[in-house]
Amino acid sequence: MKSLFTAVFMCLMGLAIANNPTSGGYQVGDVATDFSLKNIDGKFVSLSDFKDAKGYIVVFTCNTCPYAVMYEDRIKALHDKYADQGYPVIAINPNDPEVKEGDSWDAMKVRAKEKGFDFPYLFDAGQMVFPQYGATKTPHVYVLDSDKVVKYIGAIDDNPQDATAVGDKYVEAAVESLKMGKSPDPSLTKAIGCSIKVKA
Amino acid sequence: MRIIFTTVFGLLLSASLLTGQELKVYDTFDEFEEVLKKDDGKIHVVNFWATWCAPCVKEIPFFEELGAKYDNVEVTLVSIDFKNTIDRRVKPFLAKKNFASQVVLLGDPKPNDWIDRVDPSWSGAIPATYVYRGDTAQFYEQEFHSLAELEAIIHPFIKSK
Repeated sequence: MKSLFTAVFMCLMGLAIANNPTSGGYQVGDVATDFSLKNIDGKFVSLSDFKDAKGYIVVFTCNTCPYAVMYEDRIKALHDKYADQGYPVIAINPNDPEVKEGDSWDAMKVRAKEKGFDFPYLFDAGQMVFPQYGATKTPHVYVLDSDKVVKYIGAIDDNPQDATAVGDKYVEAAVESLKMGKSPDPSLTKAIGCSIKVKA
Repeated sequence: MRIIFTTVFGLLLSASLLTGQELKVYDTFDEFEEVLKKDDGKIHVVNFWATWCAPCVKEIPFFEELGAKYDNVEVTLVSIDFKNTIDRRVKPFLAKKNFASQVVLLGDPKPNDWIDRVDPSWSGAIPATYVYRGDTAQFYEQEFHSLAELEAIIHPFIKSK
């Protein structure tokens, strides 16, 4: 009887979580836990590896989502602009390659080489990290400060389709705020994106 | 001359038949909002999708079944494909699929300004589905895997009549 109750309870919990993707995950102000994920070069990368970081631009992205692809060059540009200033981009592919073949670790290596990614592009093996962050889609950005406090969650900018027609560069503005010791405003934005691919 | 005219007319006619219904394109969310505000007693199931979104395309047949099965349910498929892909991607896709449900395209390029206006709980990931009847609404940021799953979400709206 107890096990039946537990089973029903677990089912209900599962439904509640499935129906409410905003439950769980970080809010602005939460401290992000570190991770250790395999990079495209086979080495494992953690936030704590960046000893001199003043902050982190954590980007959940992938090879296959058209929105993510449209942002590849802009993600690279963020790293090129801010890594030297102490705010590296750390990209994480959260998709299950058994659901989305083009997001395998091997495919990530190929894509990173094609695009000349010079930032870590990590594979969320077992999909343990993206649920902690509460990422729901690609691309989905979390800007952290040096203490790994989440300072900004959301989109890279306000125009996915056309990089030349961007009005607000949200992530850049967030990093600039951190550089001045201020809290980003807005600290939360939304964008269309591809749902993160998990097994049904 | 007349032959040319007839031929051209025939071609145009067949082209329009092939592409099925006209695709209504909304350039701004303000204009689009009428899709979410129909007060006609029907249950409106508004599904946000895009041609590039594989799980979206996969679930559309269930929405088609739902619309076909229930007279008082109106399904609207809202494409959020980019406007510059309408001719080369969206229209050919619709011509191939020939959906019975109404298809519209929301081309407002500033999602941060309108995602919350659909539902504040929406992160922006698709597929996503908004169900409403009059003033009562429910939002689902998830995939559906069967007609039965969709019937389950419209059930409360049927009862509420």
